Amino acid sequence: MSRYSRHIILSDVGQKGQDKLSQAKVLVVGAGGLGCPVLQYLAAAGIGTLGIIDFDVVEISNLQRQILFGTSSIGINKALAAKSRLEDLNPEILIKAYPEKLTPDNVIDLFTDYDIIVDGTDNFETRYLINDAAVLANKPVVYGAIYKFEGQVSVFNYQNGPSYRCLFPNPPKEGSVANCSEVGVLGVLPGIIGSMQANEVLKIILEFDHVLSGKLFCYNTRTSQTTTLEITKSKAEFEKIKAMESNFKERHYDVTCEVSVSEISAADLIEKGTVQYIDVREFHEKPQLNLTNCVQIPLRELEQHVNKINPNIKTIIFCKSGVRSKSAVRFLQQHNLHNCYSLKGGTAALIEHLKINAYER
Amino acid sequence: MKLNIKYFGLLAEVTQCTEEVIDFSELSVSELLDVLFEKYPNLKDKDFQVAQNQKIVSKDTHISEHEIALLPPFSGG
Repeated sequence: MSRYSRHIILSDVGQKGQDKLSQAKVLVVGAGGLGCPVLQYLAAAGIGTLGIIDFDVVEISNLQRQILFGTSSIGINKALAAKSRLEDLNPEILIKAYPEKLTPDNVIDLFTDYDIIVDGTDNFETRYLINDAAVLANKPVVYGAIYKFEGQVSVFNYQNGPSYRCLFPNPPKEGSVANCSEVGVLGVLPGIIGSMQANEVLKIILEFDHVLSGKLFCYNTRTSQTTTLEITKSKAEFEKIKAMESNFKERHYDVTCEVSVSEISAADLIEKGTVQYIDVREFHEKPQLNLTNCVQIPLRELEQHVNKINPNIKTIIFCKSGVRSKSAVRFLQQHNLHNCYSLKGGTAALIEHLKINAYER
Repeated sequence: MKLNIKYFGLLAEVTQCTEEVIDFSELSVSELLDVLFEKYPNLKDKDFQVAQNQKIVSKDTHISEHEIALLPPFSGG
């Protein structure tokens, strides 16, 4: 009995359809909550070449929803851990893991090698990067996004359909929309949305009707309400993206700010005694650090606790990756606290360079 | 004209409801938003698109249908 017999006996798929799947090349950006179910179903379906790009490593809090991973995956790069699991699920397909960050420098070359791009990312910067690069490389993007109990699915840049910028032309102001580690998420939600994304990929490859192009499918897991909104293509947005082509590699997708933010590298942290640290992560985030002269003030509470910061001492603000700490420094600079620096690389950089003790709570 | 307004994502947290009916005379989307911002001042600094009758429309669109939705961008994944 062949591996794909249940596809082949479906009259609308058949051996021809299965052959189309085996010839397809799909790149999944992000092997997290959305990426895991997408990858699982696409590997099971026999997509011939599956690319996985993710620079993050597996943490225990991922296991609540990132179903390709297990306890043995903790500490391993997600793209590599996913590849390892998927190779067992389906040894007949080619899986390429890229344990690196998607950047304006590498994205166009990478996209050129694939037919379809899946957006399984968790931040606006990368979503806009994917969108713009896909328009320039002429590839469809199967989009999914979640917030607490609600999810969205669409297919952008498919057969002259709209792109993400036709829906949301510009990213929101930095810090105005929280991510999963800050607000939480029902674990099954990315499973549902990611599976729907996998479904759209299969529909595109099998050349089925009713691909979600020009439509944003919205689902609420609590109310079970579904809403499908129509998106109009904006020629002006496509023109803007096409105009980026010549200097695309120099583009910045960090959410822009008017004030330039002072940053510092961990390698430059030598005066431990005359420095105060502010940890702007949420209290539940791990690892907790054994660091003297450190106060923890979650970013959303910074305004109320600004008085805890001594304006006369050099202040190093840090978070998990160096993104929220930049927002914090920007905020403090606007409140005339100029002796503040955002730590590049976040907690990982701090632990590495100071060789301080980190512990799980 | 009675409008049925749906709030998605974090907008529902601002308004403390996912759906409500608002009485509104036939004007533009941006004028409706002025009414909503008056009722929910914390909506003002949020980014979102507006859909009329399940189609995303621009802020200067004339309101002629009963179904309105306010849709913020989601980034989670």
